Amino acid sequence: MLTLTCPHCGVQADETELSAGGEAHLKRFGPGSSEEELEGYLFARENPKGPHFERWRHAYGCGKWFLAARDTATNQVFGTYPASEAQPADTLRDLVTASRPGWMWRDFGGEA
Amino acid sequence: MRRYSVFALAREGFRQHSGWDRAWSSPAPKSRYDVVVVGAGGHGLATAYYLGKNFGITNVAVIEKGWLGGGNTGRNTTIIRSNYLQDPSAAIYEKARSLYEDLSQDLNYNVMFSPRGVMMLAQTPHEVRGYKRTAEANALQGVETEFIGPERVKELCPIIHIEGPRYPVLGALWQPRGGTARHDAVAWGYARACTAMGMDIIEQCEVKGVHSANGHVTGVETTKGTIGCDKLAIVVAGHSSVLAQMAGFRLPIESMPLQALVSEPIKPCMDVVVMANTVHGYMSQSDKGEMVIGGGTDSYNAYTQRGSFHHIEETVRALIETFPIISRLKMLRQWGGIVDMTGDRSPILSKTPLGNCFVNCGWGTGGFKAIPGSGWAMAELVAKGEPGPLAAAFGLDRFREGRFIDESVAAGVAH
Ligand SMILES: Cc1cc2nc3c(=O)[nH]c(=O)nc-3n(C[C@H](O)[C@H](O)[C@H](O)COP(=O)(O)OP(=O)(O)OC[C@H]3O[C@@H](n4cnc5c(N)ncnc54)[C@H](O)[C@@H]3O)c2cc1C
Ligand SMILES: [Zn+2]
Repeated sequence: MLTLTCPHCGVQADETELSAGGEAHLKRFGPGSSEEELEGYLFARENPKGPHFERWRHAYGCGKWFLAARDTATNQVFGTYPASEAQPADTLRDLVTASRPGWMWRDFGGEA
Repeated sequence: MRRYSVFALAREGFRQHSGWDRAWSSPAPKSRYDVVVVGAGGHGLATAYYLGKNFGITNVAVIEKGWLGGGNTGRNTTIIRSNYLQDPSAAIYEKARSLYEDLSQDLNYNVMFSPRGVMMLAQTPHEVRGYKRTAEANALQGVETEFIGPERVKELCPIIHIEGPRYPVLGALWQPRGGTARHDAVAWGYARACTAMGMDIIEQCEVKGVHSANGHVTGVETTKGTIGCDKLAIVVAGHSSVLAQMAGFRLPIESMPLQALVSEPIKPCMDVVVMANTVHGYMSQSDKGEMVIGGGTDSYNAYTQRGSFHHIEETVRALIETFPIISRLKMLRQWGGIVDMTGDRSPILSKTPLGNCFVNCGWGTGGFKAIPGSGWAMAELVAKGEPGPLAAAFGLDRFREGRFIDESVAAGVAH
């Protein structure tokens, strides 16, 4: 069973206490954007076999949204951080790089 | 390749079965093919088969990273039905179902198609309305299906508890010619028929990259070297996004584990397939007597082919409520596959931004039933370079244009 630490209340929550919210760090496109941008925002998804950044809500806990870095092939969790952070911190990226050198996720990545 | 027949059986019976041919060969790849299909699941193999059968294209390789049929095709619970809500879905699923009817004869391989009937229980007033609507739509589409009341449900499947405390059975959508087939046999039968046409099925060969020049595909890089091709068909279900990334485009797909489990074998007690979408569970009995059980997908992306335990708990809990007699059954095995989910729960058969590269994916939790029809439509798309009537509505452009084929209501759960 997947266990994530909620960065808001510090509880180690197992997945039955959480609800998954899909891809993290989506940039919203609305009126005035191109069709391609709107389509990309609504439907195209990062779906890597490897490190992934995603949204979770501590639904049956404090109720707040947070983000997690997790490997989709192994379910290894690299870390969690509040949804208010616009990018994963360098320390977290380094953690991912330590076990998955050369990873890429959108335009975030380890060393080239 | 020698045909299977009663005479062949008798002949081999007299010589200790020493004369059977291998059903398919697994040769070393040639340097170039007219068409390379990536993925030897049911959809990839059926695509190759109908390329040969309907279009005479036989210089074809099907490339598989593991063993043939080892993906979702060999992991699914084999429910076959075609009573979907939207016209394009009903057309392609019914084409598939009708091809299943005589697939064993066509392939000269027993795929054990068993049209025992599929029943989708309505357990809320909302579901009753939804299924009545589907039944009316199916009547217009020419798909034989009917809405039946609870007494008839009980008659067809006596082990159902009709008056459950939480969700009594209010009726069901009943497709008498739906049913099941033997999943491995479907893959093996197509593979044998492809080999008989001279195609190469290359197992233990992983595609690692896609080569292109001037916006057109020229070949693939594999663990067995570079293989050139004029056309490429990507048919890899849960790994579609990984292959799309190699080919330089993105897909509206997310990959998630879906699990199934089987019980110890018991005496025959249920000769129909039952799906209970409100409580998230479905069940049928295999020829060996095992109860075959499935439920919903995990809620987050993963490629682990394992799945979360609490989903099995939910499924089993729901089914015990509906079928109290299974409460003491021991479960023998559990496994997972990686299903490729689209936003509208409909598949993608499409050209791609890369020239001469085509995708067939997004069948998600319910593509086993579609294998013959999907292969038929995909072969036409690959051979002609343009979709025919069955595939036309399932292009990638539907997401940009907002032409969704919304089946998320009709099939609220895995199937
Ligand atoms: C538990 C479960 C229950 C299901 N129940 C039903 C059901 O009752 N009814 C129904 O209709 N459908 C059901 N489905 C869905 C159905 O199994 C799938 O939609 C269908 O089998 C998909 O077939 P496919 O050929 O597209 O994919 P697959 O059979 O998964 O084949 C894809 C192949 O591509 C290969 N591959 C991947 N990457 C590469 C690479 N880089 N290089 C080479 N090869 C590669 C894989 O190894 C795999 O063999 C179920 C699925 C699961 C997991
Ligand atoms: Zn919390």
